[in-house]
Formats: sequence, C-alpha cells, structure tokens
Amino acid sequence: MPVFLIRRVLTMVLTALCLTFVVFYLTNLPPNLEKLAKSEASSRMSDADVESWIERNGYGRPVLVRYGEWLGITPGWTRTEDGVTTGRCIERGQDPATAPLRCGILQGDWGFSTVFKQPVSLIIAERLGATGVLMLWVMIVMVPASLLIGVLSGMREGSRLDRGLSIFSIASTATPEYVSGVVLIALFASTSTGLSPWLAEQGWISGKTLFMGTATSALDSGITFWNFGLPVMTIALYGIGYIARMTRASMTEVMTAQYIRTARLKGVSFGNVVMKHALRNALIAPFTVIMLQFPWLLNGVVIVETLFNYKGFGWTLVQAAGNNDIELLLACSVVAVFVVLMTQLISDIGYVFLNPRIRVS
Amino acid sequence: MTATTDWDPSKPILEIENLSISFFTRLREIPAVMDFSCTVMPGEAMGLVGESGCGKSTVALAVMRYLGKNGRITGGSIRFKGRDLTTMDDEALRLIRGSEIAMIYQEPMASLNPAMRIGAQLAEVPMIHEGIGREASWNLARQIVADVRLPDPDRILKAYPHQLSGGQQQRIVIAMALMSKPALLILDEPTTALDVTVEAGIVDLVKDLGRKYGTSILFISHNLGLILDVCDRLCVMYSGEAVETGAVAQVFDRMRHPYTQALFRSIPLPGADKNTHPLVSIPGNFPLPHERPPGCNFGPRCTYFQAGRCDAQKVPMVPLAGGGRHETRCLRSAEIDWDKPPVAAKAVARTPVGEVVLKMTDLRKYYEVSGGLFGGSLKKVVKANETLSFEAREGETLAIVGESGCGKSTFAKVLMGLETATSGKIMLFDQDIQDIPIEKRGTDTVSSVQMVFQNPFDTLNPSMTVGRQIIRALEIFGQGASDAERHDRMLELLDLVKLPRAFADRMPRQLSGGQKQRVGIARAFAGGARIVVADEPVSALDVSVQAAVTDLLMEIQRKNRTTLLFISHDLSIVRYLSDRVMVMYLGHVVEMGTTDQVFSPPYHPYTEALLSAVPIADTRVKKKRIVLEGDIPSAMNPPPGCPFQTRCRWKSQVPGNLCDTMMPPIRVLAGDHQIKCHLSDAVLAGMEPVIRIAAQ
Repeated sequence: MPVFLIRRVLTMVLTALCLTFVVFYLTNLPPNLEKLAKSEASSRMSDADVESWIERNGYGRPVLVRYGEWLGITPGWTRTEDGVTTGRCIERGQDPATAPLRCGILQGDWGFSTVFKQPVSLIIAERLGATGVLMLWVMIVMVPASLLIGVLSGMREGSRLDRGLSIFSIASTATPEYVSGVVLIALFASTSTGLSPWLAEQGWISGKTLFMGTATSALDSGITFWNFGLPVMTIALYGIGYIARMTRASMTEVMTAQYIRTARLKGVSFGNVVMKHALRNALIAPFTVIMLQFPWLLNGVVIVETLFNYKGFGWTLVQAAGNNDIELLLACSVVAVFVVLMTQLISDIGYVFLNPRIRVS
Repeated sequence: MTATTDWDPSKPILEIENLSISFFTRLREIPAVMDFSCTVMPGEAMGLVGESGCGKSTVALAVMRYLGKNGRITGGSIRFKGRDLTTMDDEALRLIRGSEIAMIYQEPMASLNPAMRIGAQLAEVPMIHEGIGREASWNLARQIVADVRLPDPDRILKAYPHQLSGGQQQRIVIAMALMSKPALLILDEPTTALDVTVEAGIVDLVKDLGRKYGTSILFISHNLGLILDVCDRLCVMYSGEAVETGAVAQVFDRMRHPYTQALFRSIPLPGADKNTHPLVSIPGNFPLPHERPPGCNFGPRCTYFQAGRCDAQKVPMVPLAGGGRHETRCLRSAEIDWDKPPVAAKAVARTPVGEVVLKMTDLRKYYEVSGGLFGGSLKKVVKANETLSFEAREGETLAIVGESGCGKSTFAKVLMGLETATSGKIMLFDQDIQDIPIEKRGTDTVSSVQMVFQNPFDTLNPSMTVGRQIIRALEIFGQGASDAERHDRMLELLDLVKLPRAFADRMPRQLSGGQKQRVGIARAFAGGARIVVADEPVSALDVSVQAAVTDLLMEIQRKNRTTLLFISHDLSIVRYLSDRVMVMYLGHVVEMGTTDQVFSPPYHPYTEALLSAVPIADTRVKKKRIVLEGDIPSAMNPPPGCPFQTRCRWKSQVPGNLCDTMMPPIRVLAGDHQIKCHLSDAVLAGMEPVIRIAAQ
C-alpha cells in the first residue's frame, strides 16, 4: 500500500506539472501580456511602451524560466534601473537585500490578483471555502438520493417503480443546469409566478417566496434553507439522474447474478438479498462515477454560481478569465488539477475497499 | 422442522407428477418441460440426464420454485414431503429453501458472493432458518467446512471466494447447502466446470455426505458416467420430456428407449476404437422448443421410426414388464430387438504414419508476472512449459492430456506463434520456428499449422456470413486466383465438413454448436493445413454431437494425412481417437507413449490417478478409486523435486527423499514408452490396471 501511494503521488505531481505548464503557456501568450500591460499601466500605450513594460516587469524572458519562477524553483528576476532594484520577489519599498531569492507557489506565494487587488492565495482560500460548502450540501443531497433511486429501480427491473424512477432520472439528467435553474427560479422563487404566490396566499410560508432566487446572502448571513435550497437543488438534480442511472444499471446486472440466486435459494428474504448481497457489489461501479462528480461539480458550479450570484470558486474563475487575471487564473487551474487528481486517488483506494478482488500490493 | 410431522418417512420425499413448465415471451409460449413425472424416495439419489436444452435444469429450478419472471408452471404438481410446492406462497417457500431443499450449482465462482467472506455466507443459513446467534453459526460453519474436507477452516472462513480454487469453491457451495441438514439436495451439473481429478473428489464427497446425513439427492448431469457413480435411479430427458426412467442398472444394461440407446452408442466407452469400432452419432439436430415434431419428439432422429405411427399421437410413458419402476416413452419398446448390435459403421484400416513433421526439443516457456499494479520490482516467473520434447509424424493423432494449468494451451500458443519460446527448438518440417512470432511467419507456415478452438460460439465473427468467413481465410492463406475460384473452394470446404452448401449465406447465430464447430474446422483446413491443433474441440458440444464432430475430424485427417494434435482433458475421447498420448503435469511431460501403453500399466502415478478419476458409463467397468488430495500446485511456485510429489500416492515407495529433492529423469521403457518417475522398475511392473472390464 505505501509503495502504491508513493507511486500514485509521484504520478500526480508529474501530471500536475504538465497540466499547469500548459495553462501557464496559454495564459502567458503575447496578446494576453499586451492586454495585461494596457490594463495595468495605461490603455493608450504605444506598442513600444507595451514592449518596455513587459520587459520591465519580467514578462519578456523565456516561458520556461518564468514557469520556473512561478513554481518557485528558479530565482525570481531582479532588475536594476537608475539605482533602484526591482524584482519579482521584492515588494514595493522593500530593501532588495532582505527579499527572498525565490518566490513561487512552492514558497506559498501565489501572486497578486490584478482584478481583486488582493493576494491570490487569500482569494482562492475564501472562494474555495464558499464553493466547498455548496458542494458539501450538493453531495449530502445528491448521493443518498441517487443511490436510493438507483437501487429501488434496479432491484426489480422492468417493474412500474423502475419505469417511473427511470423516467425521472433520465429527465433530470437530460436537463442542463442553466435550464433547470431558470425553471426552478420561476417555479419557486418568483413572487408572481409558480408556486410561491399560491403558498403565500394559503399562509403556509412566511416570506413572499418559497426559496430565494439568489444565494448571495448565504455568504454574509449564513446558510439557510431559504437562500441555499435552489442552487443545491439545481446542481444535485442533474447529478441525481446521472448517478441513479449508473446505479440502476449496475444493480440490475447484480440482481441477475448467480450469487443472488444462491442467496434467494438459501432462503434469504428479498429485502436482505438487496441490502446484504446486492448493494455492496452494485456500488462498485457508481462509486467511481460519484468520485468523478467532484471535478465535474467544480466546473458545473460556474453556471450555477453565476446564475444565483454566489461568489464562489466558479464565479472567481469567470472573473479571472474575463479580466485577464493571469495569476488568479493559474491558481484556479492548479486547484482544479489538484481536486481532479485527489478524487481519482480516493476513488482508486475506495474501490479496493469495496471490491475485495482488487488488491494493491 | 415445522409442518413436517404429518409426513411419513416411508413415503417419497419428492413427487413430481405430470409437471409442465412454459416460458412466456412476447411472441409465444415456449413449453420447456412437458408431462414430467418422477419420484425420489428418502435417502435415494436420482439422476436427471440429458443434453443441454432438454429441460433438466428447468425441472430443478421448478422444484425450488425459481423460474424467473417469464417461467410458469402450467400443470401438474410437485409434492415435497406431501406438501404441494406449486401452490405455496413466498414466505412458506422461503422457509423451505435452504433449510429443507438446498441446491448446488454449476459454476461455483459465480454462485458465491464475491464481496462477502465465506464465513458470513455460510453462517447466514442457520441464522435465517434456525434463529441461532452469530457466534454459534460461525462455529457450525467451521464444523461443516471441516466436514467437506477443506484444510484450515479458520483461514477459509475469513477468505473471499476469489482466494479459493475452483474445487475449494465448490466444496464451500456444498457446505452451504449442508448448513441446515436439508432433506433434499439438488445438484445442477456440480462438476462441469472442474477438472476430472477435482471432480472425482467432489463426487466422493457428495456420495459420502448423502450417506452420512441420509439426504436425498437430485443429481443433474449430462455425463452418464457420473450418474452411474452417484445415483441409484435415473431419468433420461429429451426435448422437455422424460423418455426413460428406472434403476441405474436397468437403464444402463437394458435400455428400452431409442434415444438412451443412441446416447450410449455415441459416447466413447472402453472398447470403442476409431478404426474398428467407430462411434455411432445421432443424426440430425435437437429440435427447438417451438419446432417440436408431432408425436414422438425423438422421431425424426430415430432409427426405429415408423411413419404414421410414431408421429400420429403423443406418446405416453409406459411401465415395462421387468418391474422396478422402469418406464419408457416409446411405442415400439416391445418390438425392437434391443440387443442387436448397431449397424456397424464401416471399419477403416489404420492410417500408416509418415515422416516426422514436427519436432520439439527441450522447449521452455516462462512468463514473467509483475508484482504490483504498476509493474513493481518483484517479478515472478511462471514456468508454463518445461523441457518439452516430442515428435509428431504425418497422419498421426497425438493427444495432449492434462488438467487446467498443466501448460497444454501454452504449448499450443508457442507452436502457433502467438508466443515465442523462452528456449528450446521447434522444427516444423525443416524450419526452426521457435523464435518467429506469427506475424513474421510466411503464409505457407501459417496456413500449414492451424487451430480448431474449444468454443465454437466465440470464435466465429457474429456479423459475417459463414461463407464470407471461410473465403476470408482463403484470402489470407493466398488460396485461389480469383474471387470466383475462392467461392468454389469455399463450397468444397463446406462439402468437406458435411454442411449443406446453403449454409454459406447463413450467419453464425443461425447455426447450432456442432455446425459452428464444423465451420471452425472448415476454416482451419482452408489453407490445406498439415498440422491441426485441436484445443478441446468437442468439450463445449453436446454428447450426441461430439461423436459426429470427432468422426469428421478423423475422416478429414485420413483423407489429407494431417497431423492432429488433440488437446483434451477427456480421457475417454483420447483413448478413442489418438495414436499416441502425452500426459502433462505442471508444464512437464510426465508420460508419453502409444495409447495402449499409456492406458495400461505401468503408469506414471499421475496418469493412474487421472484414469481412475474419469467416470465411465459402463456397469461392467470396475475401477480402482484413487482420489488426489489437494490442488494442483501453482506454476509460479512449483514444488521442489518431482512436480507431482505433493499429491503422489506412490511417494513412499521411493527410497530416501529423492522425490522431494530431485527432478526425475525421463525413463524409456519397452516400446519407446517414456515415464518421468523415480519408481523402480519392479514397482512399475507390479502396478495393477485401473480399469477392468468384468467378464460378461
């Protein structure tokens, strides 16, 4: 097991390096730098000015060297002009002698966001935390619901229950979030249409709407059913259908296996056959899918966070990309790569525990 | 336990009367079993024999009332201890299943839950049916596991199914069935997936346990030899009906149904020989359930068929004069002269063997198996073939015999060029081919060494017509100048394998197993193969078809003077058709000689055990019972010295610890009979034959 883990971690590091380099290269293409120069200095700069700005701020050197600086393995650039030494690692007003030699993500220096005018590490920590809370609730809703639906419909293939649940899961997974989000807002979060006016009239809800159409207040004044219900539901709905279909397929296959017949003919009752004999075997396939949902959620969350104006990781990503915030964009991609690789590692390890036939040596 | 008090132990434990079962599809109702009756007395072992699709497993599952969504009992009754199972509700059935009737299945690996420990699966049974605690159940499980003669019960209880060998898994399934001391045990082809020596052990176990607990047994098999070993009575089924039932001795020695007779004549019993006493195959094919003929189902394939009589009415089951509940479903049972020998198929002269065409010298094939998931540093070596040396001559049939894992398939792969040899030489005609993989071999070499595969169902491309597949082979082998020529050649090949020319346009799914295997043979011979490796070519086929396919192979061989390397684990068929036999164990050739030499003493101890393990469907045959203990050692970690020493019953006859320390040399006995064994000449000479045919 330790050997396996070490090998996996090394593979992860290598993958992360490759992926971040690709992102680094693409975000540092000359047009992006030109845009950066114009937005940082002056939008009416001449081409020569842009050229010299890029040169002065260390963007003119080869990509590989700058990638090394960003990582923190090569020393940051320094430049002495008119007796003033500036450099990547020298903050304004700092004595160049006391500045560290290297400053990259290995040293914990993620750079400075040009949009938010804050250190990138601060922004990422805050936004990722917000999205983490959202994802946690999505998972809490999505995983049990989808497994329940999948197992219920898979245990008796072709039954009326199976047909009904299958229609629901196909419909929900065929509806993208930007559609279901809008529909849900119209249904539950509007004072003039949908259910809310009727519910308010009946006196069953105290506010004007059942849910709130925006989740902004969740960040300031805490999460409530009222402000968080809709975003969670929108994301979960899509995933529920998907995972439920996977679970159902796996469950129906397991239910026709010979060991299920063995169990039935041992005299085990149907409920126990499902719970004790079928469930663990049926969960092996959906488990991988559930783990794959994490990276997917991280991206899918972009739409929902924008829709419900929830300032999380997805929203930050959109801001960074839209405003050519190179450092922030890079950090976002590092986080995304890390989440993908971590969940894959967890899913591989979990797989071993679910399936006794797989052993890592 | 409950509600059985009103049942009298002198009455039958299981009474099936006029049972009919149908499966309902969207198109039609498919009758699977019609008018089936049988009775099992307490302590009796009843055998159900028939070919695949005859409805024998359906009967077993009907007794368990487990027919799936589409299956339904449409008539008749199944009474267990006097209570009708067909009208019982789910809850009552659940109490009977596993506690009073238990079932043992064909594939032990598939019948055990892969994600549950053995102990939990066993202990579940008494926890459900007897309501005893977890601790007590596990203790009981430990006891039963010891009862089915598994070593180290504690380790086994904690293991997962995949950590056990096939034989051990089947013993666990048996243990599971015995956990609640059932009154009736149903065994559905319990040994089909196992090797012969393992099968012998399982059969012994079942017989002993049946005796020990007084359990009645319903034993389902297609193997008549096994039925003779295990059962007191049997019932022969054909196409959904019982055609003959009676005591084993009655049916085996005085069969009164043409199908039973045909079945016995199509299996190779001792005394059958490909040249002087060829097998008689049953003509035609098994009818599909919705295409059964009017009247007698066996009519169209029966040699005693009388038009206007046999196809005029449904034939009932009639008791025979001899008594002893011997019944047959034949109108003409009194008229037929049952003792008349079969119309002797033409005896043929022995084919003379020619030049040496294939010569292997000291062939070795080792595989390296990596340790970890990502190719760790711990490399293990699997020695699949060790010092394999032999010659094969033109027109000769050389049988290669051994249990799974003995290296016989690896040897075939190396010969075909799918793998290259680790060391040693393969001389094909006059060319060294041990290092040339198949993609680098010339068309001539490839087309002259061909293979007939074990499973005809998987080896034909399902989306290509039969004719197209054969033409494709002709194209690859560079046969024929034009498409028209190749098409003609393809039709000739169909003639050769005795398939109607119209089959050229059919898809493989429209063919039966035997017909598919014929296509496989046609394809192998498409390039004029001179050496054909037949890897268990008939083991996936039904008994009645096996004879026909075997004869076809023999006939083509005679005509083309092909060298046939016949890989098999079925010693009966090997004895029938081979000229020479090579016995393999753990990658070593332990014995080689002519068929007569190998099948009579002196034997290599492994050959002796193998011969004794093969069930023979002949009441005259008396066999010495030698059951091998334990499993075949892993080829990754073979025992030191002689590979067979861990299971050899003659080991004590060898002085010192020679067997433990030294690989025995190849000894050449009289008539070029080779044995790899340390036993002294005196001991070898003193061996008794395993199989004796009692005087008639």
